[in-house]
Amino acid sequence: MMNDTFDLAGAESHIEVHKFRGGAIVLATGFALLVQALIPVYFPKAAILDLPLLITIYFALSRRNPSTGLLLGTMIGLLQDSLSKVPLGFYGIAKTIIGYIASSIGARLDTEHPAARFALTVLFFVVHQGVTVLIKRLLLAQPEVWFTLRLGIAAGVNAIVAVFLFLLLDRLRRPS
Amino acid sequence: MAAIPSRHKSLVLLAGVVLIQVLFLAVQKRDSQGRLIRSWTVGAISPFERSGAWGFGRVRDVWRHYFALQNTSRDNEELLRENNALKLQLSQLESKAADADRLAVLLNFRRLNRDVPMLGARVIGASADAGSATVFVDRGERDGIRRNMAVITPDGVVGKVIEAFSSSAQVLLLTDKDSGVGAMLADSRIQKPVGGTGEPLLLLKYVTNDDTVNVGERVVTSGMDRIFPKDLPVGTITEVKPGNPFKQIRVRPAANLERLEEVLVLLTLHPLEVQKPAEAGTEAGEKSAPEQPQVPKS
Repeated sequence: MMNDTFDLAGAESHIEVHKFRGGAIVLATGFALLVQALIPVYFPKAAILDLPLLITIYFALSRRNPSTGLLLGTMIGLLQDSLSKVPLGFYGIAKTIIGYIASSIGARLDTEHPAARFALTVLFFVVHQGVTVLIKRLLLAQPEVWFTLRLGIAAGVNAIVAVFLFLLLDRLRRPS
Repeated sequence: MAAIPSRHKSLVLLAGVVLIQVLFLAVQKRDSQGRLIRSWTVGAISPFERSGAWGFGRVRDVWRHYFALQNTSRDNEELLRENNALKLQLSQLESKAADADRLAVLLNFRRLNRDVPMLGARVIGASADAGSATVFVDRGERDGIRRNMAVITPDGVVGKVIEAFSSSAQVLLLTDKDSGVGAMLADSRIQKPVGGTGEPLLLLKYVTNDDTVNVGERVVTSGMDRIFPKDLPVGTITEVKPGNPFKQIRVRPAANLERLEEVLVLLTLHPLEVQKPAEAGTEAGEKSAPEQPQVPKS
């Protein structure tokens, strides 16, 4: 897995593969899930945020390794499933796909600029929403609308939060 | 066997991981499969949620009753400092009084329904996804909570338990899209189900255009779902629109589902008759010292 990382880094030598301090990914993931579960109790409108998705996007973009990205997405998605009422695998599949796409894009593009991060987060949010609706319609036989104004607002809000959150998470990187 | 090219390995892995999850999803029934994973995850995160809920409460109390009320002025800075210190002290007392008031309502409700086995629980977490309306409470199987038990507040219906773990439980709120309760109109006694829409308001379903329904009318439980006792407040009708084939009727929940802090879980899976305060009259007052409800300590 790590060899893939260095192959990619070698092929795209202008793009840096970021490594993180020990336990950073686990702690950030755990903290995101905890905040996601806790904040809406006191601020119901905060439920619009999808912190596990933002964490998946950030680490997948930074690691730039599709295998690592998709496995990370799987883990985060399954944990989110465990704390929701949806069947296990619902967010697991969606975040697996996001992890894969994000790390693939991260290996080809420079994703460090805030504008790029904003645009990518909007894109990934929409793709994530598309995948979850697809799962609901095809696998769970539940009617679900593809997109609403609320989801459009949620995409924008998540992208704005992502810009600042990613700056914070940058501090967890191991100096190169 | 031909080796998979390096760049295709991740694609194969993606297909494999997604396929496994799709199969898992396809065979999964909420009753049993996956329960272990859920138990582990909820068990791991619950202590942090409890601590977080406690910490949040403290910070919020100080913020609401001190910083948010602070009205500084350069002219009387010295005076205000002293005043603020007193405010802080007062706000702490107010906060405790508010807690006591809330608990007193629960206590009174519990006292009026002393024959109904119920348990007070504190909300410690919400769903980790925006698409569903669920909360976690700090009581679980070890306290006698089981799936499908009714969850209420003295104001009205909250929802039902959809998963009970050892020391916590997941409650499906009425506002969730998958939620529903057997209900009836308090005045006309028309029985129809009320369901969640994923939004703050509920939907009274299957009311034909011939039936008369008025804005402001109260909706109560019918008891027909065999989960909620009869005549518990569900909500109040806020909007009635003609529709085809049924009217579109919006209901505002009686319980404040967006600001839940304490709830009562009815510890039975059999239909119950819950006594309302109005019906109880002075009966409660005549009774001797009430049995203490098991309301969680803050």
